[in-house]
Amino acid sequence: MSHFTPISAAIGGGLIGLATVLLMVLNGRIAGITGIASNALVGTPNSGWRYAFLIGLVAAPLLWMAAGGAFARPAMPASWAVVLAAGLLVGFGTRLGNGCTSGHGVCGIARFSPRSIVATVTFMLTGFVVVALMRHVIGG
Amino acid sequence: MRETLSGLVCGLLFGLGLVVSGMAYPTKVLGFLDLFGDWDPSLAIVMAAALVVAIPGYLWARRQARPLAAPRFSWPALHDVDGRLIGGAVLFGLGWGLVGLCPGPAIVDIASLSPKLIGFVVAMAVGMTAHHLWSRRMALAIP
Repeated sequence: MSHFTPISAAIGGGLIGLATVLLMVLNGRIAGITGIASNALVGTPNSGWRYAFLIGLVAAPLLWMAAGGAFARPAMPASWAVVLAAGLLVGFGTRLGNGCTSGHGVCGIARFSPRSIVATVTFMLTGFVVVALMRHVIGG
Repeated sequence: MRETLSGLVCGLLFGLGLVVSGMAYPTKVLGFLDLFGDWDPSLAIVMAAALVVAIPGYLWARRQARPLAAPRFSWPALHDVDGRLIGGAVLFGLGWGLVGLCPGPAIVDIASLSPKLIGFVVAMAVGMTAHHLWSRRMALAIP
């Protein structure tokens, strides 16, 4: 089912790294999506750049398609109850832990932050355990 | 104005990175998290490639006096590994493992207009707001 795509992964990862560096060099800000989205959400002052960043995220697949790239509607096989529960967990958890895959996983590790390394290892291990249980114990 | 424009450009580049790398697809992310199944290591390559660019970029940024479009650098000020950090990462990992979505791809995927993906983003916003209200109450409880 899954296909390892190292080249597109490396190109996409490079773009994420470039966006991360540019946001620091230009705006002096960490490219953590949790921080950007939640501060925009609760109306932190001077969030104009945050709204613009979020608009950029949503516009990216549209721009990609306009340029001739493929973007299929992402499959979401999980039930509505699981989707909503997961959304609540991700929203609350990323705020409590002050970051997600971008803020801790890329920005934090790039600064060699011990907090971010611990957070990244923790959410990855938790993710591995959840998928192992769901696919190979309960569903297996 | 310049700060807003650079925010837009960075968001676009970041979103393109998620689309091109396949990380905008939750099933692709679940393929990485499924260590005991048909494992897809792509997410590890995405992170490694992002770090190859971000590590030297951040080292260079550290040596600059100020950012080009804003008054000052906002490097994170927190340093302690505490229960909140670990607890938050566990809760996030639970949600991430359940459906394969983290905040960046979830927001990018709003563009697909898929009801379940929009539902996830709404629930995520509720979770973030709940944390905001809860942490404010906690702050008020300590005089």
